[in-house]
Amino acid sequence: MSIYLASITDPPELDLSAAEEPIELRVIARRDYKAPLVMAALTALLMILLLANPRGGETRFGVTTGNDLLRNVPVLTPNAMTLGWIAIAIMVFLTALAFWFSYTYKRQWLWIIGLFALAAMSTFLAWAGAGAAGTINLVPLIGNALLLAIPLVFGALGGVIGERAGVVNIAIEAELLMAAFTATVVGSVTRSPVLGLLAAAIAGLMVAAILAVFAINYRVEQVIVGVVLNVLITGVTTFLFNGWLQPNAMTLNNTLAVRFSQVPIPFLSQIPLIGPALFNQNILVYLMIFAVAAVWFALNRTRWGLRLRAVGEHPKAADTVGIRVNRTRWIALLIAGAIVGIGGASYTLVANGAFNREMTNGFGYIALAAVIFGNWDPIRAAFAALLFGFAISLQTVLSIIGSPVPSSFMLMLPYMVTLLAVAGLVGKSRAPAASGTAYVVEDH
Amino acid sequence: MKVESRTPDPTWRDTLAEITSSGSALGIGALILALLAGSLMIAFTNAGVRTAASYFFARPGDTFAALGRAMVGAYSQLLRGSIFNWQATTFTGQITPLMNTLANAAPLIVAGLGVALAFKAGLFNIGGRGQMIMGAIASGWLAIALTNRAPLWVSLPLCVIAGAAAGALWGALAGWLKAAMGAHEVISTIMLNFVAFYLLQFLLGTRGLLQRPGTSNPITLPTAGSAFPHLFGSTFPVRWSLILAFAMVAYCWWLLNRSVLGFHFRAVGENARAARVAGINVARNTIGVMALSGALCGLAGVFQVLGVILTGFTDGIDAGIGFDAITVALLGAASPIGVLLAGLLFGAFKAGGGNMQAGEGIPIEIVTVIQSLIVLFIAAPPLVRKVFHFPDPRKVANARLERQAAGLSASQGGTGLDLMPGVPQPPEVFLAPVSPLQEGASHIIDQIGDN
Repeated sequence: MSIYLASITDPPELDLSAAEEPIELRVIARRDYKAPLVMAALTALLMILLLANPRGGETRFGVTTGNDLLRNVPVLTPNAMTLGWIAIAIMVFLTALAFWFSYTYKRQWLWIIGLFALAAMSTFLAWAGAGAAGTINLVPLIGNALLLAIPLVFGALGGVIGERAGVVNIAIEAELLMAAFTATVVGSVTRSPVLGLLAAAIAGLMVAAILAVFAINYRVEQVIVGVVLNVLITGVTTFLFNGWLQPNAMTLNNTLAVRFSQVPIPFLSQIPLIGPALFNQNILVYLMIFAVAAVWFALNRTRWGLRLRAVGEHPKAADTVGIRVNRTRWIALLIAGAIVGIGGASYTLVANGAFNREMTNGFGYIALAAVIFGNWDPIRAAFAALLFGFAISLQTVLSIIGSPVPSSFMLMLPYMVTLLAVAGLVGKSRAPAASGTAYVVEDH
Repeated sequence: MKVESRTPDPTWRDTLAEITSSGSALGIGALILALLAGSLMIAFTNAGVRTAASYFFARPGDTFAALGRAMVGAYSQLLRGSIFNWQATTFTGQITPLMNTLANAAPLIVAGLGVALAFKAGLFNIGGRGQMIMGAIASGWLAIALTNRAPLWVSLPLCVIAGAAAGALWGALAGWLKAAMGAHEVISTIMLNFVAFYLLQFLLGTRGLLQRPGTSNPITLPTAGSAFPHLFGSTFPVRWSLILAFAMVAYCWWLLNRSVLGFHFRAVGENARAARVAGINVARNTIGVMALSGALCGLAGVFQVLGVILTGFTDGIDAGIGFDAITVALLGAASPIGVLLAGLLFGAFKAGGGNMQAGEGIPIEIVTVIQSLIVLFIAAPPLVRKVFHFPDPRKVANARLERQAAGLSASQGGTGLDLMPGVPQPPEVFLAPVSPLQEGASHIIDQIGDN
């Protein structure tokens, strides 16, 4: 009872009645201080870190890898504590802004949270890199973030499509893993990365088909099918890895020389900082940028997208006007599966030269978190996925230059960031209304 | 009132239909389907089969012979490893597999109970791994600290309580994130799994914490000092943890079916909105059930540390049980008795799977595959029915009613009971026996409310 009361005692009523007509329109709004409070807590934590454990010296930041317009800029060496406190001042300002937005009933904007996350990471970078001999080069930091975000972005896109059509896709993890496995086998045998990529997309599609059979046709609870599929595919890939790939590692699990190579785009790759990171990448990164735009366009500007969203919001209404609900969902899931599969290929055709058991390491679930964090919108979800990619990239960079934080805690970072994101920083989000419920076609 | 006796006796065909439309037939059907799929995978990785298949069109008989050898070899190893070893010469050797099964089942049962309990409250706890690891850390640390310092009757209960409490804390954290922050438990529990895993890795890799002094290997000191005593003598691996697991089954049964708290859990799971209107504190129950669920999974971690791996544990202490627990709970339809049986079955699979790996070189992950396939098939009864041509229970029920109606009309000359075939039919329940998450229902109410 207490929760229910809390939600109606607090909010005032905004009187939207017109001047002459005595029509009273009441809107109940609620001040949601969750995100600002979490931001305040994080700011306080980092402040305590800097106060209790100040580290002298300078942090060395590189801004170029030598082939862009900044190639002659030397390594920047700001004083670590000064930089840290500047970043904390920015965090305080953003937190105050967030409080003000909450006070005036504005939605929490993703850009505030994005900027806040960047400031928080800068503080941490400055503190952790203080006095270290190694240089934190921002170009590979951003470039790696993009590379690491490939499975997350593709996974999040697949998740968005599925959920907008009304099917919760917990099986992103399974699709990624199966795709990575298939990509390595086909890539190793054919020595062709393109064929490996195609096979990965098909593998993702096949897993999606299993999900569709059980979730749409047999109406099994979607979250359950998803998790069981994850367990199943983990078992299948590990079984085949131990029993088939390992004994034939050279012929079946060897994509080291097959991987996609970097293709720099002329001029664009010369842009300072983001140029080399964005435009001196492999095909998959370009494909990823294209896919985000394409999915956004398909969902919001095409007839197919309109029907898909109708099916996800109100299947009965969609059915009434003649849209075949389950067929639409099937097609959406298959396309989503193929997209996730392309992301899964990045494990073995970009990042590593071989498949390893359980190599997706829960990234499918992080992609799912990006879907929620991105409010079921492809572009926002992609940015959320990039944010997670940045956290993972940070961890690798810091472990190379030797940070004072034990490596186990650095490895925890992406998961902690995800936890924080879904728990604290997600503002008022609303899932597609029919997401998670199977649609029963009535007999006519 | 002699209606019953005048009902015509059902024919053998009717009886067969009754049997094959029942739940247990579905279970057996699902098991057969899953084993068939497992056989395909075994055949695929079997070197003999692959060699023979390469000249399949020249001598197809060789392929089938190799296939037969692979299957017989695999499944006889499975049986010999899990239930009865007919090749052993002594009685002890013959029943050792059964004892291994029982020993494996204990952590599976408690972890499965944990997941099942959360299911009953409409929550999907896939954080069993993290909760087990936290339980293992707490009880392992205490056990090492108390070695040679306290008698068993002091140290064992303390370690058990500490482990369960640590698991409860980890579960309650996910419950609180759900209740207060609105974080979906599927995501938060899986993230907490990784946090717990890396925490254990840190503890094992740091001198002076859990790492064994004098080495740099990520392994702890032995925990044998506070271990559960043997149940059937020291030749068998079964320990008193099994009895504790049985006690937990009884406790959970009592909790869910006879206690107010369990009633509240179930009410929240069936329909959170209705529960709130009825005056049940949904947030408190969410946190509470996740704490209990976490405690049971933590207990599984304790069973591992104080019952299975006593020579010092590594970061693989959870042994995949945290995820197996999900399939155990689903197969057991989230009921304590069901979980007990499913835990025993999966314990047997695990014991037999280990034997298959040792004897035939079949990777033990075949067990995970078979387990998750069983659950998938069980969750979709129409699929299993279609494959085996089992009749639809609705039609069987109709046929039974028609028989009764025929009997009635024969005896009473057709007294308006011809309407019988039209009596309410049991609805086609797709989720049965697995319908732990009832969010669908609240979704519909949400929609109505919004309109």
